[in-house]
Amino acid sequence: MSERGRRGKAFKAAFPHTIPIFAGFWFLGMTYGIYMNVSGFPFWYPMLMSLTIFAGSVEFVAVNLLLGAFNPFQVLAMTLMINARHLFYGLSMLDKYRGNGWKDFYLIFGMCDESFSINYTARIPEGIDRGWFMFFVTLLNHFYWFFGAALGGIFGSLIRFDTEGLDFVMTAMFVAIFMEQWMKEKEHVSSLVGVGVTLLCLVAFGADRFLIPAMAVILGVLTFLRKPLERRGECGD
Amino acid sequence: MTFAEQMITIGMVVLGTVLTRFLPFLIFPAGKPTPRYVRYLGKVLPPAVFGLLVVYCLKNVSLFAGSRGVPELVSIGVVAGLHLWRRQMLVSIAGGTACYMLLVQVVF
Repeated sequence: MSERGRRGKAFKAAFPHTIPIFAGFWFLGMTYGIYMNVSGFPFWYPMLMSLTIFAGSVEFVAVNLLLGAFNPFQVLAMTLMINARHLFYGLSMLDKYRGNGWKDFYLIFGMCDESFSINYTARIPEGIDRGWFMFFVTLLNHFYWFFGAALGGIFGSLIRFDTEGLDFVMTAMFVAIFMEQWMKEKEHVSSLVGVGVTLLCLVAFGADRFLIPAMAVILGVLTFLRKPLERRGECGD
Repeated sequence: MTFAEQMITIGMVVLGTVLTRFLPFLIFPAGKPTPRYVRYLGKVLPPAVFGLLVVYCLKNVSLFAGSRGVPELVSIGVVAGLHLWRRQMLVSIAGGTACYMLLVQVVF
């Protein structure tokens, strides 16, 4: 098959996987753009930031950082903390995001929660080029986010929407991905550790600071369980 | 903040984000064998991370005020039920979202 044919087939296979992200991202992106707009920034700020940062939660935080006093090191530390979960994604994608040539660079650059989750779980059909599939998932997600942020930034205060509850689409997607993983795996220790530990940390540390402790405890528990989990994994395979 | 300071601030956010995404690939390069512990983590972390992301999405739900998390709980039940039944990502997501929108707009 020609390179063009491979690309086309991969695009067609990838697109349906990104439809929920389309629903979620144009909406969240637009919310972000509007937020930037009403905070007094010109429309090309959210456009630039959605293109170069492409990490939802930290972009919302960045609005406040831009409004505060100039403190680049605090900004860097804050970003590293909010985005520390990407380290987990990277460790999980060491094999998948390699061997795809130049596309690897973009795949890693665009590894947001959603791109990672889809590219990790998607059952890519036989005969579809994996590299191009993952590339298009990432590219489409990136575009939806940019598109939403641009719309919000340009039209900002003019937009009124009665789409209350639409943002739940992201929660629904992560629940579905969690279920998909659950139905695929032979044992559920890690899934349960993820939910349980995070819930406990949310209660213990509060909504603003539970993420890092949760990650640390998850890492600790899974490290502690390595022997039994590896033994069971070997028997299971 | 001046324009330059704003651009530096944005640049720092970009740098921080890119760092968290590229670091594992830089620490464990393709040529060298990845330590067994790290390969183990690569296998067991994703299910835990998906669980973490679900809870992360719900972090601002209050059990003691407003609708007390009922719409969220019901809609998550719908997503899970649909997924067990049809195992079609889009069906599960659309069904759960529609249910949630209906609940927050009409019922609560």
